[in-house]
Amino acid sequence: MTQRPTEESGLKPSVSDAFRDALVSSDEEEARKILSRFTERHTPLEFVETVIIPALDSIGNGWANQEYALSQVYISGRICEELAESVLAKSTGFQRPGPKMAVVLLNDYHALGKQIVYSVLRGAGYDILDYGRMETDELVRRVVEDRLELLFISVLMLASAMEVKAVIDRLRSEQCNTRVAVGGAPFRLDERLWKEVGADAAGKSAADALSIVQMATEGRLS
Amino acid sequence: MNLPADTRQYTMTPMERVLTAMDHKEPDRVPFFLLLTTHGAREMKMSIRDYFSNGETVAEAQLRMQAKYRHDCLFAFFHAPMEIAAWGGDIVYFDNGPPNSGKPFIDKPAIQIPRLKPPDIDSAAGLLEVLKTTRILTEKAAGDIPVMGVVISPFSLPVMQMGFSAYIELLCREPSLFWELMEINEAFCVDWANAQIAEGATAICYFDPVASPTIIPRSLYLETGHIVASRTISRINGPTATHLASGATLQVADDIAQTGTGGIGVSAAEDLGALKRTCKGRLTVIGNLNGLEMVRWSREDALSAVRNAIAEAASGGGFILADNHGDIPWQVPETVLSAVSEAVHRHGSYPIQR
Repeated sequence: MTQRPTEESGLKPSVSDAFRDALVSSDEEEARKILSRFTERHTPLEFVETVIIPALDSIGNGWANQEYALSQVYISGRICEELAESVLAKSTGFQRPGPKMAVVLLNDYHALGKQIVYSVLRGAGYDILDYGRMETDELVRRVVEDRLELLFISVLMLASAMEVKAVIDRLRSEQCNTRVAVGGAPFRLDERLWKEVGADAAGKSAADALSIVQMATEGRLS
Repeated sequence: MNLPADTRQYTMTPMERVLTAMDHKEPDRVPFFLLLTTHGAREMKMSIRDYFSNGETVAEAQLRMQAKYRHDCLFAFFHAPMEIAAWGGDIVYFDNGPPNSGKPFIDKPAIQIPRLKPPDIDSAAGLLEVLKTTRILTEKAAGDIPVMGVVISPFSLPVMQMGFSAYIELLCREPSLFWELMEINEAFCVDWANAQIAEGATAICYFDPVASPTIIPRSLYLETGHIVASRTISRINGPTATHLASGATLQVADDIAQTGTGGIGVSAAEDLGALKRTCKGRLTVIGNLNGLEMVRWSREDALSAVRNAIAEAASGGGFILADNHGDIPWQVPETVLSAVSEAVHRHGSYPIQR
């Protein structure tokens, strides 16, 4: 019988904090040791839920508050992606509930934000498609074909950010009700832009990607 | 007779105004840079791709825009991927924004970096067009208007050479290869900066977005990009200003001052007053109008933003009003640029009226 980590035991905060510290130090070896120790007494799913997700959430919010840098968010996501895949592969039948979703880089050629969203959500145990870089026509066709419930669009250039409106207009004209969440510098520096292009949500950090998925899962994204 | 401030005859040339400000003294009015690149294509009624194919055209557009908006520099910068083309990489053009660099040309770092050679500027057609622009602008400015050249820092260039994700992996996990790449990039950067200085560029803007704590932790910057910047800037034969292209700067402002640079381009998301206090007497603060929000600004918005920035940072000199990114987006209308100019001419006279 596994011991469920609780706030009272002090286990959850300390393990998650130690894991976060290993991540932001790019210390993959220490992160693996924490995983190994934790899963001696807990399930892999508990590791994802009580250690990985709080750590990624903390790091994502820390970036938004200028406590951490984007490189730390990226490396943390990559480490968690690898760990989650390795532990969940041993956890038979586990599928973290979430919407059918994908992430795409729209039009421009700056892929880091897309990669971070992908790694963080994979690290948190979600299934997400990586569409790579696409332009509007191909993206709309693919979203409709895949019957996505949630699409993350990452951009860096203002022109690409403004193109999101064309994507959403095209999706709606095809009677496609996929929720669209946007992220990237133009949306961070201009806080009104995401509404102007018709997006359903905007993320300022990797932590926001986690909460957006949670909102979509609970039907609160509309 | 009390003339309205915007019709006052300012006594200094833009060069005198900028040099006085960078000497941390108050000139006749706040200097301002409209760092316009793609707008030149609109000015010349050309596509962005065609516009950047000819250095004479870019020079003509810069001269026209300086005359129209009465700002205080000529900007010889085309776009960042122009450097990547010199390395053999691709430029991807857009109809409504700055070109991007195409697929990274370093995809096997361990094999390619040891074989990499810095490109020869005399063989790089695009860079020669930039030098042509610099030469024409220098002649036309006749010493009265600063001509700004640009280099992408050796430390930030790998984002285009190998892609952001791969570069972060290299930076964090492959120190030996990283330093090998820096040595090659530094050689190119120094050559490229000095070629622009030789054609008459007054100063070089050292674009170094990866240096920002938005992108990497300060501790990592001190072990890497700070060393690269210090080595590189010391070999450039003219003054430099460092720009982090919208990234946060406050945490590293002291460090950047130690690299030998004379100015710092700062983010719209930061406290301009706090930055000015941190940089006072050491770095000229350049910024920080929000270029993205400019797209929808009214005339009143522009007046308000300019007045606020001047109130926060202009006192005592050491301040140049500009956008926060070092490249005003194509979507920003001319009416907004005119309103910014009007606001500076109306409210930017020294001594600053609070």
